[in-house]
Amino acid sequence: MSKDRVRVVVTGLGATTPLGGDVASTWSALLEGRSGIRTLTEDWVDTVPVKFAGVAAVDPGEVLPRPEARRLDRAEQFALIAARQAWQDAGAPEVDGDRLGVVVGSGIGGIGTILSAYDLYREKGWNRLSPFTVPMLMPNGSAGWISIELGAKAGAHATVSACATGAESIGYGIDMIRSGRADMVVAGGTEAAIHGLNVASFAAARAMSTRNDEPERASRPFDKGRDGFVLGEGAGIVVLESEEHALARGARIYAVAAGAGYTSDAYHITGLDPDGKGGTEAMLRALKNADLAPSDVVHVNAHATSTPLGDEIEARAIKDAIGDHAIVTATKSMTGHLLGGAGGIESIFTILALHERIVPAIANLDDPADGIEVDLVRGEPRKLEGDQLAAINNSFGFGGHNVAVAFTTV
Amino acid sequence: MALTEQEILAGLGKIINEITGISADEVTPEKSFVDDLDIDSLSMVEIAVAAQDEFGVEIPDDQLKNLKTVKDVISFIQA
Repeated sequence: MSKDRVRVVVTGLGATTPLGGDVASTWSALLEGRSGIRTLTEDWVDTVPVKFAGVAAVDPGEVLPRPEARRLDRAEQFALIAARQAWQDAGAPEVDGDRLGVVVGSGIGGIGTILSAYDLYREKGWNRLSPFTVPMLMPNGSAGWISIELGAKAGAHATVSACATGAESIGYGIDMIRSGRADMVVAGGTEAAIHGLNVASFAAARAMSTRNDEPERASRPFDKGRDGFVLGEGAGIVVLESEEHALARGARIYAVAAGAGYTSDAYHITGLDPDGKGGTEAMLRALKNADLAPSDVVHVNAHATSTPLGDEIEARAIKDAIGDHAIVTATKSMTGHLLGGAGGIESIFTILALHERIVPAIANLDDPADGIEVDLVRGEPRKLEGDQLAAINNSFGFGGHNVAVAFTTV
Repeated sequence: MALTEQEILAGLGKIINEITGISADEVTPEKSFVDDLDIDSLSMVEIAVAAQDEFGVEIPDDQLKNLKTVKDVISFIQA
């Protein structure tokens, strides 16, 4: 680590996921290998070929007061809940608002609001729309609400890079602190896209699993029988902080947010470049940004969405960037794919793996695909040995976005 | 059959509680939306939209700004 550079640490974690309404319940479910995927009961299910998803374990309407919930899109509800948890977890410090930033994005934004407001507008007219329709549908709405909640005035940003959004947000947050714009940044991603149109659209792209008879077995990254991703919803948000600021207030430090690397495939709007170089280079850039060597990395939380092409390309990219020594997990096997929220929750899982020194196993990995030359965690969670450990969270998105975030033990 | 003042008040109390979290008991005729109930202009729009659905009465924007108290809204709905 360069001596002249600010070290950024993680001091708070918050999440609401298909496995639990907070970080603790989600993490214990992951270690137990539980699935958050279930059959859907909505009316529109009959009209789409995919009839299951990872619905949030705790409905945000049960957590938020009604007057607040009705002004928020579901994605914003998840984000605000996760941000509040993360801030509490960081000790809810009294801080200078001018030095506090927010970076929380969403892959799609308030799609539920867009669709329901359009129906309402067509049926009853413009003057029946909520005056909060615009802030509910805009993808920067979560960042705005969180900034109001916390009095964060150093800038509220919303990165948008499809399924890489959450990881990109955390990378942006690290940069905000390093560049001197903020002492603390609340960063992560959120998504609420379990709606007929989204499912139909992803199914039209032939990207989703249709294992309707076994929803819990449908998300199976790296397994021979995988047939597409499984949609999930929720949010994962972390509190990033300069180490100096964290130490000065005696904060509990989970891990060091050591650096991030970005590339764009410039190849295909939805498919990964088959040579995997975009992913490889993103990981290498993250390591360079973090002053780490490939040999330092003991663990990778793979993007691994359970699509036939993507998982194998990523496995090759990991081998090319890091080698075959790192322990690789794929937590989407249990949470499903939270799209813009994925990089948020999976960064949290990476941080907890380092902090607790244990890596959750990949669920449904009965028969690993041929030619995968990385160390996949099968069966039981795997312990991490050693003092100074580094890990990487990969997140890749439609549009060709590749993001890798590197974390280390304190 | 026109609604009584009490029926309208009860309906408004429910709407205002739903939108702002203010207890329906606090919604009494003499209360000012801005000064007593601390309701901002966007919340008033939400209340007007909900009232239109509940009572079947259109409240145009140029009228809405003249409705300062709960009693004003009740009178508007009854008129």
